[in-house]
Amino acid sequence: MANTNYRQLRTSRANDVWGTTKRTFSYINIHYKWRFVLAIIFTLLSSLAGVLSSYLFTPILNDCIVPYIGVSNPDLSNLIKMLILLAIIYIIGIVSSYAFNKLISIISTGMLHDMRTDLFRIMEKLPLSFFDGRTHGEVMNYYTNDIDTIRPMIAQAFPTLVQTITNIVGCFALMLTLNIKLTGVVFAMLIVIFIVTFVLAKGSRRTFAGLQREVSNINGYAQEMFAGQKVIKVFNHEDEAIEGFEKIADRLYIYSVKSNAYASMLMPINASLSYATYALVAVIGGTMCVNGVLRIGDLASFLLFTRQFAGPISNISQQFNGIMMSLAGAERVFNVMDMDPELDEGKAELIKNGTGSWSWKKANGELIPLKGDIRFNDLSFGYNKNKLILKNISLYAKPGQKIAFVGSTGAGKTTITSLINRFYDIEDCNGNITYDGIPIKEIKKDDLRRSVGVVLQDTNLFSGTIMDNIRYGRLDATDEECIAAAKRCNASSFIERLPHGYQTMLSANGANLSQGQRQLLNIARCAVADPPVMVLDEATSSIDTHTEKLIEKGMDELMNGRTTFVIAHRLSTVRNANAIIVLEHGEIVERGDHEELLKQKGRYYQLYTGKAELD
Amino acid sequence: MIKLLVKYTKDGWWAAILGPIFTIIEVFFDAYIPLVMADIIDVGIYELGGDIEYITKKGIYMVAMALIAALCGALSGLLSSISSTKFVKNIRNAMYHKIQTYDFANIEKFPVSTIVMRLTTDMRMMRLAYVQIVRMAMRAPVNLALSAYNAYKLNSTISFVFAIILPILGLILYLITMISHPRFRNMMLKFDALDEKLDENINGIRVVKTFVREDYENEDFDKSSVAVLKAQRHAENIVILNRPAFELAMYICMIAVAWIGGKAIIGGTMPTGDFMAYLSYVKAILFSLLMLSNVVMQVVMAQASIDRANEVLEEEPSITDENANPDLEVEQGSIEFKNVSFKYSKDAENKVLEDINLKINPGEVVGILGPTGAGKTSLVQLIPRLYDIDSGEILIGGHDIKEYKLEKLRDAIAMVLQKNTLFSGSVRENMKWGNPDASDEEIIEACKDAQAHEFITAHKNGYDRELGQGGTNVSGGQKQRLCIARALLRKPKIIILDDSTSAVDTDTDHRIQLAFKEKLSGMTTIIIAQRVASVKEANRIVIMEDGKIADIGSHDELMERNEVYRDLYTTQMEGAE
Repeated sequence: MANTNYRQLRTSRANDVWGTTKRTFSYINIHYKWRFVLAIIFTLLSSLAGVLSSYLFTPILNDCIVPYIGVSNPDLSNLIKMLILLAIIYIIGIVSSYAFNKLISIISTGMLHDMRTDLFRIMEKLPLSFFDGRTHGEVMNYYTNDIDTIRPMIAQAFPTLVQTITNIVGCFALMLTLNIKLTGVVFAMLIVIFIVTFVLAKGSRRTFAGLQREVSNINGYAQEMFAGQKVIKVFNHEDEAIEGFEKIADRLYIYSVKSNAYASMLMPINASLSYATYALVAVIGGTMCVNGVLRIGDLASFLLFTRQFAGPISNISQQFNGIMMSLAGAERVFNVMDMDPELDEGKAELIKNGTGSWSWKKANGELIPLKGDIRFNDLSFGYNKNKLILKNISLYAKPGQKIAFVGSTGAGKTTITSLINRFYDIEDCNGNITYDGIPIKEIKKDDLRRSVGVVLQDTNLFSGTIMDNIRYGRLDATDEECIAAAKRCNASSFIERLPHGYQTMLSANGANLSQGQRQLLNIARCAVADPPVMVLDEATSSIDTHTEKLIEKGMDELMNGRTTFVIAHRLSTVRNANAIIVLEHGEIVERGDHEELLKQKGRYYQLYTGKAELD
Repeated sequence: MIKLLVKYTKDGWWAAILGPIFTIIEVFFDAYIPLVMADIIDVGIYELGGDIEYITKKGIYMVAMALIAALCGALSGLLSSISSTKFVKNIRNAMYHKIQTYDFANIEKFPVSTIVMRLTTDMRMMRLAYVQIVRMAMRAPVNLALSAYNAYKLNSTISFVFAIILPILGLILYLITMISHPRFRNMMLKFDALDEKLDENINGIRVVKTFVREDYENEDFDKSSVAVLKAQRHAENIVILNRPAFELAMYICMIAVAWIGGKAIIGGTMPTGDFMAYLSYVKAILFSLLMLSNVVMQVVMAQASIDRANEVLEEEPSITDENANPDLEVEQGSIEFKNVSFKYSKDAENKVLEDINLKINPGEVVGILGPTGAGKTSLVQLIPRLYDIDSGEILIGGHDIKEYKLEKLRDAIAMVLQKNTLFSGSVRENMKWGNPDASDEEIIEACKDAQAHEFITAHKNGYDRELGQGGTNVSGGQKQRLCIARALLRKPKIIILDDSTSAVDTDTDHRIQLAFKEKLSGMTTIIIAQRVASVKEANRIVIMEDGKIADIGSHDELMERNEVYRDLYTTQMEGAE
């Protein structure tokens, strides 16, 4: 199992480098445009201050010190003036480097925040197929890895680039004013340093794809295994889990050594090469001094300059790899942002009438009272076009009716109910569903979903108090309304026994509650929402029949006046439905009420008596 | 950090030691170069009046030194990347090993997202810090010491400047460290909270969409993201003071040296070449200090990660088998509870189970029924020691379960958890979790018993069909059947099914029960169920209520004397007759 790739192979390079770069920077544009311009100005100022202050040592030595050597009563006022000038330049340098760091911290953290929340907003509107097609860890990775890798590009790489270029250009301009030949020597060495740098950086880049892939793998493995850690325990499977983990860890190790080795060799090599330059300048410059072509102060400046730009060059090359990774991450994020959101072309809106009742307002202004009349007209559907899950389903739920779906696992019961609130969309040609006579495609998606309450088998609670979780159904519900809802579905009895009652904090997904208790909360949450149409998809499967019986009255009351679709394995819970629909392989094989179906002696009868035979 | 460093570098020790040695050699040569340069100017140009040969000779020395330094530097870089990745690999593996020893209570303490973050992002932070330490922590002090020594040798009077500046700088660095560390830790917590929020949202996306809560979720996510943003800026506000502080110190020194040195040159007490070399040393000294402070900052930032790694490493499982008899095997599947009481945490007020007395014979089939929260799951989780009891005793095969090695105990007990998980991989691979040596025939047989064979073979890839993570591409009922088959493959002495057929339709459930009745005759079987039909065939049925056993008896006995059971039965069977 360890060999399975948990994620699609993540490419380490952006396909559209330029486009992605532009788009990344456009995020700065939103809130931080001027601050970013300021930051660039400050970083320019600080590197200029660096170059200038080094340059100043030439006149200090040449004009203020050397002429006075041996003079008994030297005039130091020039030296003082120059030192004051130097101090001013230094202060400008310090202030601008602080201002730059402060600004870039604000910009980069803020921009990441903007991206994160943008991505989240867009993600919330993506169709379910997005979530179905990706592992949990994969979706998390967009936030935890991809967005975070963008930061170094803005916070480090870009400023380093600006600084280095200013530094090199500035140093060279000043060196040229001092001595052209010696500048040529430095320039030649600079090219050597560049070549070494890029050879090493290229070697490092080659291993990046592998590195990224293994990071992803270890991420996915840890994620999946820890999610199933309890199963690992029960099966004594610890050693195998470790073995799988270490296999990936070993591969990750090899790739990281390779990709790091280049980067960690680069810096010391460049540092020493800059010393070699320093030595060359000393020898050649020294000789020139002897021949009188160069003044000793000029040599001092040259020596300082050669040390000045060696550091930034190795930085640049390290940043280059970082930039490539950032862009790859950014591109993945942008790809998600560019995905099509759920289609929502519906115009019909839900509006509240003066009397407190609700109506649909169609695009042409026509008002239709909200009743909860649901019809399926010859509907066929498949998650992919080649394989139909549902075939020619027609059914009719009058307002207030209870319709039950019965059938084997995989017969298509959940799919039917997922279509009512448009979790998945039906192709035009394959029939349609109407709500109060309006095709659901013509209804605004949010309003459609507000008018259909769904209680799923998989309980998902959120961290927060029990009260918060119930209120999730309707945000403006009062405490009293939430408690009333909990009472109605008998959740109140267990809630009140908890040490903090309704204020009990739920840990991750309510791990401190039993599955049945979670389902009760789920139902209470839906009860608070008070929708005209309800879907109960195995909503009580983990609630024991005793408790189910206790809540039966509440549930009946809850369903009273609402169109309700019920999916349940326990046939006792569906017996009193107005219509029971027996599904097999996506087709309706029988329909009718309990008595009728028993008389038919078909599939339902078999299921029912299958149970009876156990007596 | 240092403690961890030593502990987890073990197999990379040679790289960890050799690396810094090469660094020292490199730095030594680097630091010596300006001295040679000073010779070129003072001796070559001034003293010898322009001796080109001398200058060239010294120049060749310098270039040679630079090349040796480059070689050593490259070697140390290579070695440091080996030792740092080794370190991270070791500590990551150690964490994962530790996680495998966790008991259920430990597992519940850590959300999945934080574990993943600790194994990846936190490790990355630690590696960065390690590289810095290996690379800089050696280079910077050696460079500092050599430069300071050389500078002092060149001119001792100017050097007092450093004596004043350095302690102040040290103090500033100390303050920055102390203030920023808790802020970084806070930042990590905010990141955790953000991840958890995300985690919940992605898991519950259907609920979010059902209730049209996207806007609400957006707001909530914004809040978490803003919290991260604020914590980040709060922490960084301090760290960004580091560089200006050092620049200030460096510049003050430069001006002081220029002033004092300039006067000395004019006064003839300092040669010009010395002055130029001195300036170079000033830069080197302050640059090494800046490097050092960067290391400290990096370590401070990593400290939050180190703490989080330590939390994982130091989390001790309370369930151990240290006192167990290593040779004791589970001979037969009898189970006996003697006055067992249990609660999940010591501080919990309510006992989950109280005074349980129950004896189950080898090969017996026992059903457990009871309302939600009655303690059914808690009861069976005590048998393979997933939790330890507070008082009383549990015996299996006549021995206290604490006498068995955990591995032997759990090998003898197969449990299908209520919330079960499949793993990515094929159906066959998942089945082999139950028994790695299972033959294809055995796998097919187990799947037939669990009524899974039919739907497995209905898929074109059959047993080679890939299951998504957590088994997302099979339905709930199919997942439960696969989990049962996986447990059957273990051929255990005791098998426990915790509400494992709730999503399976009645027809299939019935067939599974029939298979169980015939196949499981040799195993002790405990079945927790909602449906009376699922346990009706059991030798005995335990009725639980509020953490206590309310009644035990066969179906017929209970029908006769237990009102609750009768009620339950008739509700479920109503209309069936």
